[in-house]
Amino acid sequence: MNILFAYKMAIQSIIDNKIRSLLTMLGVIIGVSAVIVAVGFAEGSMQTITNKVEGMGSNTVTAYITSRSATSGVTMEDLEKLDKDNDNIVSIAPYIIKTDIVKSGKNSKNTYITGTSSNYEDVQGTTVSSGRFINDNDITKSLKVAVIGTAVENELFPTEDPIGKEISINGVKFTVIGVMGAVANGAEGTDDDIVLIPITVAQRVLKISQITTFMVSASSKETVDLVMSQVQNFLYKIYNDDSKYIVFSQEAILSVLGDISDVMSLVLGSIAAIALVVGGIGIMNIMLVSVSERTKEIGIRKAIGATNKDILVQFLIESLVIAGIGGIIGIIIAILIIKFGIGSTGLIEPVYSIPWIIAAFTICLTIGIIFGLIPANKAAKLNPIDALRNE
Amino acid sequence: MINLQHVYKIYKLGNNDVYALNDISLEIKQHEFVSIIGPSGSGKSTLMHILGCLDVPTKGKYFLDDIDVSLKDDQELAYIRNKKIGFVFQGFNLLPKLTAIENVELPLIYSNISQKERTQKAIEALSKVGLENRLYHKPTELSGGQQQRVAIARALIGNPPIILADEPTGNLDSASGVEVMELFHKLHEMGNTIILITHDSNIAKQASRIIKIMDGKVQE
Ligand SMILES: Nc1ncnc2c1ncn2[C@@H]1O[C@H](COP(=O)(O)OP(=O)(O)OP(=O)(O)O)[C@@H](O)[C@H]1O
Ligand SMILES: [Mg+2]
Repeated sequence: MNILFAYKMAIQSIIDNKIRSLLTMLGVIIGVSAVIVAVGFAEGSMQTITNKVEGMGSNTVTAYITSRSATSGVTMEDLEKLDKDNDNIVSIAPYIIKTDIVKSGKNSKNTYITGTSSNYEDVQGTTVSSGRFINDNDITKSLKVAVIGTAVENELFPTEDPIGKEISINGVKFTVIGVMGAVANGAEGTDDDIVLIPITVAQRVLKISQITTFMVSASSKETVDLVMSQVQNFLYKIYNDDSKYIVFSQEAILSVLGDISDVMSLVLGSIAAIALVVGGIGIMNIMLVSVSERTKEIGIRKAIGATNKDILVQFLIESLVIAGIGGIIGIIIAILIIKFGIGSTGLIEPVYSIPWIIAAFTICLTIGIIFGLIPANKAAKLNPIDALRNE
Repeated sequence: MINLQHVYKIYKLGNNDVYALNDISLEIKQHEFVSIIGPSGSGKSTLMHILGCLDVPTKGKYFLDDIDVSLKDDQELAYIRNKKIGFVFQGFNLLPKLTAIENVELPLIYSNISQKERTQKAIEALSKVGLENRLYHKPTELSGGQQQRVAIARALIGNPPIILADEPTGNLDSASGVEVMELFHKLHEMGNTIILITHDSNIAKQASRIIKIMDGKVQE
């Protein structure tokens, strides 16, 4: 018997038993769409996070200095030289960071006190929303001025304009000269939860002489890796020990995010794949019922010359076609859910993972064959006489 | 053509052995029209299943065209059923979801004949039984006599030398029964070997030879 005819027969049999076929497919439909939606959700949310990370200025390299030696360290002059020596470095912002309490009148807040230079805006890709930022004059003259983030503004100056007002850190008074534009909706613990002061002032007020962190912006995405190794060389010359600092780029974070995304897809996809297996068992159940119902048909076919193999192929293709149609319906439903369900929230990118769609469909067909094998084999092995005597 | 030698079919039911066929030896030659007659439970259907290679004897030998059928495997038996034997059953045994023409072409599907040739041969076979204007009717849309004629068309489409019929008129009124019997005579004249199982002696008489069986044994 040729395969094409077996397909025609399978489709005929599915049409003849519409409701039953649909119920049989249901498990597979749910399984396939669960896999695709779960993976779409995982990849979509990672995509969203990735977009945010890229939005933070994707050409930057960050160096954390973990060494707390008082004698050696990175100085402003070192950083200026690093900038001058390398054409691919656009600018460098140094940081001295400490969490401390900032006060204004009766209000106070624990926040990140960050000493930096005028390059901060450039490197971070942010600007003040009102007032002005710290300039070179503030730094050379060690003026006690401060730029605050929106989280600090909301806490200390809930009703009034902070520009020109005084705040105090460790008993030292600062004049607020600017407010940074919000980058994270003014949330606690983010880049909005910050007080920026000239780095020269920070060294004295915070009692930290060494630069703890600096951020370097590269000329383009392509030169990030080069800049990263330049920064590493630079730090190695100072410390002679690469365990004293950590250098990483946005690219590196993105690649870690990519790995997390892959793991998440795998975990969610595998959990959803269990639904597919359950769907396969559903196919097996119904096919077993179908074989007993069609015992007579099998007997007739054998009487007129069908071999065991013909019968096996007939039932196997039937379960394969059921799984295949179920799989296609599942894919369509998944795409609709991702597009109109996940996509419409605006929170998560709608992502259709083609490799996973192909994988889900392939698993679905494989399940159709594996779980179709038992009923098909039962049908093939039926004794033609028992089958014929069955009324 | 058909040669049974000391054939037994024994069913074990608990500790009892049921001898459905008890030492049957018989020979049927090409172009014979034989009827096998016997009361209910005498073993007629069992015999037909063995003759039709749907079942194998518990003991004894069955030679079909000098070939020892007991040496054949499932696939070869399926081939023999497809090429050498056409079955007609009391209950018609048509596939209810298929049309007359689809039912008739079924044996050809299992011998890999092209769609075009299948259709042409099926129409030919249905014309032979006088149903050329019922090609696309499903079994439920046909009378009992018409259904049995479809079954006969299915039995003869592959042009098998042997037609095996088990009570083909058993479910039919007398008029349809006569029509069906006329068809068997026609097939016999065209050269087929006909083996007809019945418990109706009026029908059995129409054959050129009558084999009586009783309690699994040939009476004569
Ligand atoms: N699978 C089986 N297991 C046990 N006994 C069986 C089996 N099949 C048939 N028999 C027995 O074999 C005997 C012959 O049965 P068979 O069907 O051949 O009779 P028959 O002559 O065709 O009867 P009828 O005219 O009623 O169709 C019966 O006694 C029956 O009970
Ligand atoms: Mg019988």
